Amino acid sequence: MRTVTDKHRQDSWNIEGGGALAVDPHDLREPLVEGTPKPADVTETVSRVVESKPTRLWYATVTVTGALAGWGILTILYTVFTGIGVWGNNQPVGWAWDITNFVFWIGIGHAGTLISAILFLFRQKWRTAINRAAEAMTIFAVICALIFPIIHTGRPWVAVYWLLPLPNQMEMWVNFRSPLLWDVFAVSTYFAVSAMFWFVGLVPDFATLRNRAKNKIARIAFTFFSMGWTGANRHWHRYEKAYLILAGISTPLVLSVHTIVSFDFAVSVIPGWHTTIFPPYFVAGAIFSGFGMVLTLMILARKLLNLEQFITVKHIENMSKVLMATGLMVGYAYGIEFFIAWYSGNPYERFVFINRAFGPYSWAYWTMVSCNVFIPQLFWFRGIRRNLLITWIISIFVNIGMWFERFVIIVTSLHRDFLPSSWGMFTPTWVDVSIFAGTVGLFLTLFLVFAKYLPVLAISEVKGILPGAQPKHGHH
Amino acid sequence: MKKTAGISGIFQDPDRVLAAAAEIRRAGYQRFDFHTPYPLHGLDQAMGIKRTVLPWISLAGGIVGGAVALHLQWWTGAVDYPLVIGGKPFFAFEPSIPITFELTVLLTAIATVVGMFALNGLPKWFSKWQNDPHFRRSMDDAFVVTVDAEDPLYHAEKTRSLLESLGAEQVRTVDYDEE
Repeated sequence: MRTVTDKHRQDSWNIEGGGALAVDPHDLREPLVEGTPKPADVTETVSRVVESKPTRLWYATVTVTGALAGWGILTILYTVFTGIGVWGNNQPVGWAWDITNFVFWIGIGHAGTLISAILFLFRQKWRTAINRAAEAMTIFAVICALIFPIIHTGRPWVAVYWLLPLPNQMEMWVNFRSPLLWDVFAVSTYFAVSAMFWFVGLVPDFATLRNRAKNKIARIAFTFFSMGWTGANRHWHRYEKAYLILAGISTPLVLSVHTIVSFDFAVSVIPGWHTTIFPPYFVAGAIFSGFGMVLTLMILARKLLNLEQFITVKHIENMSKVLMATGLMVGYAYGIEFFIAWYSGNPYERFVFINRAFGPYSWAYWTMVSCNVFIPQLFWFRGIRRNLLITWIISIFVNIGMWFERFVIIVTSLHRDFLPSSWGMFTPTWVDVSIFAGTVGLFLTLFLVFAKYLPVLAISEVKGILPGAQPKHGHH
Repeated sequence: MKKTAGISGIFQDPDRVLAAAAEIRRAGYQRFDFHTPYPLHGLDQAMGIKRTVLPWISLAGGIVGGAVALHLQWWTGAVDYPLVIGGKPFFAFEPSIPITFELTVLLTAIATVVGMFALNGLPKWFSKWQNDPHFRRSMDDAFVVTVDAEDPLYHAEKTRSLLESLGAEQVRTVDYDEE
């Protein structure tokens, strides 16, 4: 890594009309950007990605991910026209693959809002380099998640009034006393608020791109979506207030969403699901999986889009720390579940957990524990947190492990019913696998399109944290 | 027809922006603004911007959201079509909390975003300053001061020399086309 001396930073900011700058004590920490970029460099770096022609590599990747997404759509159509009998779930495992994928994608979607809202309230300035991409990832993950509850109804076109309180000719209403309906409201609110938060953050950057757009279509599009943003400080005043309020309400929101997802299970009376630790356990797991996916994507994106100057090794290291902390919480929850199963004295509860670790799905259980608890322990070593290749590989393990966590919770709790005569096994069909692969393709396609055509860094926010960007007086 | 939008000039140093803002305000100008690539800490106070009413709009949105959610759950479940499901009460506060919370958040967010744009007079795809090259730079790397020609104190020469004395560079008069 290049080291930046304070002298360098002072000199670089001594531009026309500026005076000598004293060094802010904050600057003595490891800098959030490498080198000494000026605001124009930020504009240039981000706009270059948007304004250049897509590379061959981009086209090749989008073709592959797009084909995967297309295959997913075909298999969804096959499911809708044939019936959900083409899926592998059946008694006693009535919930299996689809809800596993739903919870998996919703979990992935938690890092974005955590980074944009909670880290904002905690004044973690390093978030500015990654929040835009993480928020985009959130929105795309929630889109993938929403597919599953909609198609599992079998007839998605009538699901509108099964899921939402719409007046209908039967004069019936949805059941507001069911956690499944709470989930509908939680996830759709989460999607709507995340999308608004993301859009509000994008508006000033659209204005920056609008002011430099040469291509006619780009200019019209950026003009439209910039809402006519002028950068006037009287506007920024309200904008910052709006951003603060959105961050303030998104913080409890992001915690509520996976809490309510966990109610889908915890409110039922199935051994293995009916536990009070579920809400915090699910929230920690969601943040863990979300940061895993952010690391997977950002380590690649910073390289391919030449953003190393702004998304530094420090950012990767910070995310690795969050990953390890939340991984430890998840590991603690795994342990406590076992303790309570023993301590409760409930024979069914005890059986479920012994069966989880040593029964027919023990391979899935130990995959989960290895990926989520054992492997992230490597992050205790600074050298590993700062090694991009190893961090990337660990993040892949976390993605796999967190998918298996949901699979283990759902399938192992159901496949051994109270009566041994009702025991069974779950095996996914090719349709199950294809639809999940399709959502992976859709997620990656959306992310690639975003990374090419929208500003991947929050231009205005990064400018605001550059050394010397803020006045020395009147603040701190 | 060409009309004068006002006068604009460029600053490079954030500290000078703060000092200039305080001076322009002290001189009695009201219709002036700084176009900046990112929000500058302390500029609101230096310009004397009043606290926005936006939080009250957000609060109103939240109250409406919570009230609508409670009413919806009570009316559909206990009044319009009471249905016994698992022997649960037709309406109770405890199972109503998640949806009440979510709709409170949702309407707060909508009120905040819509309110912020509405108070800012956006979307508006025309700005008097849009032909000014300074304006274009203001979303890139410069802090641009603008004094509106409609300000009662506006005077082509005096305003210009005030801005120049405060350290603004490339001070120029900006025109726009009026339909």
